[in-house]
Amino acid sequence: MAYALELKNVHKTFNPGTINEKVALNGLDLNLNEGDFVTIIGGNGAGKSTALNAIAGVWGIDEGSIIIGGQDVTSLPEHKRARFLGRVFQDPMTGTAATMSIDENMAIAARRGKSRTLKWGVTKAEREKYKEQLKTLDLGLEDRLTTKVGLLSGGQRQAVTLLMASLQKPELLLLDEHTAALDPKTAAKVLALSDKIIEENHLTAMMVTHNMKDAIAHGNRLIMMHEGKIIYDISGEEKKKLKVSDLLAKFEEASGGEFANDRMMLS
Amino acid sequence: MVLLSFSLSPMSLLRALPGSFAQGLIWGVMALGVYITFRLLDFADLTVDGSLATGGAVAVMLIRAGVDPILSLLAAFAAGMTAGLITGMLHTALGIPGILSSILTQISLYSINLNIMGKSNQSLNQDKYRLVVSLRYVSGDALMKAKFYGGLILGCLLLVVILYCYFGTEQGSAIRATGCNKSMAKAQGINTNFHTVLALMLSNGLVGLCGGLFAQYNGAADVNMGRGAIVYGLAAVIIGEVLFSKLYTGKHFTFAYTMIAVIGGMVIYYLITAFVLWLKIVPSDDLKLFSAIVVAFFLSIPYLKEKYGKKRRTA
Repeated sequence: MAYALELKNVHKTFNPGTINEKVALNGLDLNLNEGDFVTIIGGNGAGKSTALNAIAGVWGIDEGSIIIGGQDVTSLPEHKRARFLGRVFQDPMTGTAATMSIDENMAIAARRGKSRTLKWGVTKAEREKYKEQLKTLDLGLEDRLTTKVGLLSGGQRQAVTLLMASLQKPELLLLDEHTAALDPKTAAKVLALSDKIIEENHLTAMMVTHNMKDAIAHGNRLIMMHEGKIIYDISGEEKKKLKVSDLLAKFEEASGGEFANDRMMLS
Repeated sequence: MVLLSFSLSPMSLLRALPGSFAQGLIWGVMALGVYITFRLLDFADLTVDGSLATGGAVAVMLIRAGVDPILSLLAAFAAGMTAGLITGMLHTALGIPGILSSILTQISLYSINLNIMGKSNQSLNQDKYRLVVSLRYVSGDALMKAKFYGGLILGCLLLVVILYCYFGTEQGSAIRATGCNKSMAKAQGINTNFHTVLALMLSNGLVGLCGGLFAQYNGAADVNMGRGAIVYGLAAVIIGEVLFSKLYTGKHFTFAYTMIAVIGGMVIYYLITAFVLWLKIVPSDDLKLFSAIVVAFFLSIPYLKEKYGKKRRTA
C-alpha cells in the first residue's frame, strides 16, 4: 500500500550564497501511513514549519521528492497541491478571508481542488449543511453564517479553518502551530476539536507544536527535528509512555548540551 | 468677496448641474472598475489612465467607420480588457510589481491610442450618428432628457446587478478571496495569478466601456482624456464609502449598495467640481491639483484616525 506521505531526501536552503544563507531542510526523509497523526517538535529553526511549507508547496525544494498518496507533487505549484491538503496556520488571520462571510469562506474551502465556475458561490442547500456543521463546533456560529470572518476571535477563526480543512477530505492535514497564538483555554478547545475532526474523518495529520505535553498527548507518533533532519521518531505504545523529561533529555543529547529554548520550557 | 459674489450667477450653476450629473453617471462606470481593483483585488491599478482613452479611441474610430455605436461600446469594453490582460501578465507571468506593471501598460497605451486615432484627437459629428449618450440629449426636449437620464441610470443599475451576481459566483468569490488573503486562497486551491488577471481584465473592461461612453457623450476622443482618471475613480470610491456606508451596514445586498454608492460618489464628485468651479475658488487649471488634494485627504483619514486613536488610548 502506498504511503499517505513520502518525503525523500528533501533539501532546502534559503538565500543560498549570501550572508543570510540558512540550510532549513537537510535531507529530510519521512514516511507516513494512512491514518497517522504525527506531532512534530524541535527547537527554533529546526525546520518544523519549513517541512510543512515544503509539503504544501509554498516554494519549490532544492532536492528530493514529495509524494502524497502515491502521487509525486514535487513540481506542482501550491494551488494545485491544495486538493490533497487541509491546512491550518499559526496566525488565525492566515487561514480565512476576513472580508468574506463564514458561509463564503466555507464554500470556497468546499471547492478546494475544483475549478471555479460561474455557478453560485454558495447555494441554499450548502448553507443548511454548513449550519449543521457549525453547530458541532458549539461556538454559536451557526446563527452567524453571514458574519464577516474578520469579526470572529482568533479561536473561532481557527475552529472555522479546521472545519474548512475537513469539508473536502484531505489526504493530509497540516497543522502548523495552530494553537500557538491562542490563550491556553482556547488552545485546549481548538486542540480537542482537532482531535475530533481527525478522528471522525480518519485523517492523516501532521501537527507542529512547541508544547511538549501536547506533542505527547496527541497523535500516535512523535517526531523531533533538529537542523533540518529528523533525530527522533517514536510511535505506538512507546510514545504513550513518553514523558516531557525524556524529550528534554533527547533534545539536550541531540543539540550537544545546548538546553531547550525558553518557549519549550514554559509550555 | 463682494466683487466675487456679484459674478456668481445661480443660473449658470443650474445650467452646469445636469451635465455634471450625467458625466458623474458615465464616469461611475469607471469608478466601478477602480473599485474592483482597488478594494476587491487590493491592487493599485494605474492602467486606468490609459485604458480609458483606449476605450474612447476605439469607440470613436469604429463609429466613424460606420459601426453601430452600441457595438462600438462592446469593442471599447474588449479593448479595455486587453489592456488589463497586459498589466496582469506583466505582473503575474513576468513578476513585475503590480503598480509598475500598470504604469508600463499605461505609458505604452499612450502610443497605442495615438496609433488607433492617427492623431491626438478625433471627433464625432453628434448629429450624424445615433449615439448611445450625447451632450445634445442634455439640452434636448423633455422626452429626450427622460430617455437619456433614465437610460443612464438603468444602465448603471443593470451593471451593478451583473457585477453583484458575478462576484457571487465561484469565480467571483475566488477573485475576492485572492484580493483579501492570498495565502488562504492558495491553500484552498485558488490560482491567484489567474484570478488577479481576470479581475484586472474585468476592471479595465469597465474603464474602456466608460471611455467609449464618454467619447460619445463629448463627441470626441482625446489621447489625454484619461489623464488623472484613477484619481477621480479613487475619489468616487472613497466618497461613496464615507457618505453611504453608515446607511446600510449589516444588511442584505451590502455589496450591491456599495457599488451604487461608488457610482453615487462619482456623481457627487462631479457636482462638487461644478460647484467649486462656479464659486471660482479653484481656477479650472488647478482642478487636478484640487482633486489630488481631496483624494489624499480622504485616503489619509483611516491612518490618522488610527494614530490619533492610539494616542488617546495610551493617555
